[in-house]
Amino acid sequence: MFLKSRTIKFFLIYYAALLIWLGTTAMHIPDGYLSPLTCLIMFLIVLPFWVIGIRKIRETMNARSVPLIALLSAFSFVIMMFNFPVPGGTTAHAIGATIAAIILGPEAATIVVSIALIIQAFFFGDGGITALGANSFNMAVTVPYISYAIYRAFSKNQPLTSPRRLVGAAIGGWTGVTVAAFFAGVEFGIQPLLFKSANGTPLYAPYPLSISIPAMVIPHAILASVAEGLLAALVVAYLQRSNIAVLQAAEKPAVLSEVGIWQKLRVPLIILIALIVATPLGLLAPGTAWGEWGTEQLASQGLSFIPSGLEKLSGLWGAPLAGYNLRALGNASLGYLLSAVLGIVVVTIVVWLFTMLITAGGKTRERKNS
Amino acid sequence: MENTSSLKRSSKRSDILEHTLHGITETLEQALFAEEISARAGLFQSLDARVKVISILALLIGVALSHSLFVLLAIYFLTLLFAWTSAIPAGFLIKRVWLALPFFTGLIVLPALFITPGPAFLHLPLGLIITQTGLTSAAFLLLRVSTSVSLTLLLILTTPWNTVLSALGVLRVPDVFILILGMTYRYIYLLLHTANDMFLSRKSRMVGRLNTSENQKMLAAVSATLLDKSLSLSSEVYLAMQSRGYRGTIVTLKSFRMQSKDWLWLFVFLGITTLSIVLGR
Repeated sequence: MFLKSRTIKFFLIYYAALLIWLGTTAMHIPDGYLSPLTCLIMFLIVLPFWVIGIRKIRETMNARSVPLIALLSAFSFVIMMFNFPVPGGTTAHAIGATIAAIILGPEAATIVVSIALIIQAFFFGDGGITALGANSFNMAVTVPYISYAIYRAFSKNQPLTSPRRLVGAAIGGWTGVTVAAFFAGVEFGIQPLLFKSANGTPLYAPYPLSISIPAMVIPHAILASVAEGLLAALVVAYLQRSNIAVLQAAEKPAVLSEVGIWQKLRVPLIILIALIVATPLGLLAPGTAWGEWGTEQLASQGLSFIPSGLEKLSGLWGAPLAGYNLRALGNASLGYLLSAVLGIVVVTIVVWLFTMLITAGGKTRERKNS
Repeated sequence: MENTSSLKRSSKRSDILEHTLHGITETLEQALFAEEISARAGLFQSLDARVKVISILALLIGVALSHSLFVLLAIYFLTLLFAWTSAIPAGFLIKRVWLALPFFTGLIVLPALFITPGPAFLHLPLGLIITQTGLTSAAFLLLRVSTSVSLTLLLILTTPWNTVLSALGVLRVPDVFILILGMTYRYIYLLLHTANDMFLSRKSRMVGRLNTSENQKMLAAVSATLLDKSLSLSSEVYLAMQSRGYRGTIVTLKSFRMQSKDWLWLFVFLGITTLSIVLGR
C-alpha cells in the first residue's frame, strides 16, 4: 500500500522488539495479548503434560516428591531472576528449565517450571493468569522436552565427566528456548488472523505471523536462548567438577527412561503434530503470506492442504519465505534477515527431530552428529 | 571474541552483580509491601479469599472477552475504585501500571499504529500513516493489559498468599499441588536470601571487575550451589515432615466461612462480569 513506509516499518519493528527483549524476562506473555479461546486451547494442550508430569513424580519419587518439587520450583524461580551475561555486551534471563530437565527428566521439569510460573503470575503479577497455559506450554513443556532430548542424545553412553554433556546442555538449552520463542511467536501471530472486530481491527496481539515469529525468535536466539544454554552448560560443568553426585543421581531416572525415550516423546510429538495439522494455523499461515496477492489462490491452497499433513508442514515453512522474497520487500538485507530467521527455525526443528531419531534408534551412534 | 567484547564493555559488566542483587531485594520488598497492604482495613481485605479469587478470575475473563473499548475502560476505572476502597495508596496502581506499560506493551504496539491496514487517521512526516484500525488495536492491547495487571495486583496486594492458596482449593486445585505451591513460595524466600548472601559475600571480597566469562562462571557457580542446597534441603525437609507424621496424605486447614457480605460481593462481581461480557459483545 505505502511502499515507502514499508522499510521504515520493518526497522521500527526490529528496533522495538530488540529493545524490549534486551532488558526483559524471557517470554512471559501477559494477560491481554491472547484471546480467551487461545488461552483455553493452550490450557488443554498443556493439561496432558501436567498429568504425565504428576504421574511420573508419583511413580519415581512418591512421598519425597513434595519437598523436592517445591525446592526445585523455588530454585527455578530464583534462577529466572539472575541477569546472565551473554556474549555481545548485554544480559538476559535464563529459565532454568534445561537444568531442571537434566536433573529430574522432562516430565517432572514441566511441573517444576509450571509451579514457578504460577507463583510468578499469582503472587508477583509477572506473566498473565489467563496466559498461564500458553506460558507453561512455551517454557515448561517445550524447553524441558527439547533440551532434554538433545542433552540425552549427546550424553548417551558418555561418562559423567564427558565434555560432550556440556555441548549437549548448551545446544539443548539454546534450541529449547529458541523453539519456545517460535511457539510464542505463533501464539501471538494467530491472534490478528482469528480475532478481529467487524472492520478488521485486531483485538489482541496485533502482528501477523510474518512479523511476530521473527520478532520473537531473533532476539531470543541471540539473548535468552544463549543465556539458557550457557547457564545449563556451566552448571553441568560445575557439577562435574565439584558435585558429581547430583549428576549421578540424575542418571537414575534417565537410565530408566532410556528404554523408551521414544515412547516418552511419542505423546508430546503426536500432540505437536496434531497442533500443527489440526489448528487453523496450517491453513492460515499461507494465508498471511499470500493474502496480498489473491484470495482465490488461498482458497485453492486451503482445499489441497487438508488431506496430507506433510504437505501442510512444508507449506507452513515455505509460505513465509515465498511471501517475503527479495522482490516483495525491495530490500535485499531485510530479505536475507528474514530468510536467516526461517533458516534458524527450520534448522532448529530439523536438529530436534534428528536428535530424537538418534535417541530413538538406540543402535545409531552419535558420531553422525559431528 | 569473548575477551575483546568483555574488555570493551567491562564498565557495564561490573553491574551484573548489583543488578541481580537489586532485583532480589526488590522482590523481597514487594512481598513485604503486599503483606503490609493486606493487613490494612479495606473493602477487599474484608472479603473471603474465595470470593476474591473467583471474582478476579471472572473479571480477567471478562476483560479478555470484551470487544468494546468502553467496557474495558469501565472495568479499569472500577478496578481503580476498588483499589481506592481497599486502602491501596492513591496512584500506586496507576503508577505501577502506567510507568512500566509504555516500555513494554507500548513499545511492542508502536509499529502496529502504522502497519495495520485500514483507513488513514493521521499523516506524519517520512510518509508514515497512523491508521484508524492500528490506533484502535493499540488501544485494545494497552487497555486490556493495564486492566488485567491492575486486577491481578488488586488480588495480590489485598490477600495474604497463604489464604490465596487455600482459596485455590475451592477451584478444585488438588491439595498436593497447593501444598507444593505453598512450600515453593516459602522456600523462594529462603533461596532468595541465600542467593543474596552469596552475591554479597562475593562482592565484598572483590577488588577489580569481572569479565564476561568470569561473570558467567560466578553465576553458574551460584546457580549450581543453590541447586545443591535445594536438593539437600529437600531431603532434610522430607525427613522433618516424616518425623512429624507425614505419610503422603495432606491435611489442610480450611477455616473459610462465607458471610452474607461475601455472597453479596460475589454476586456484584459476577454481575459486573456478565454485564461486561454482554455489553462487550
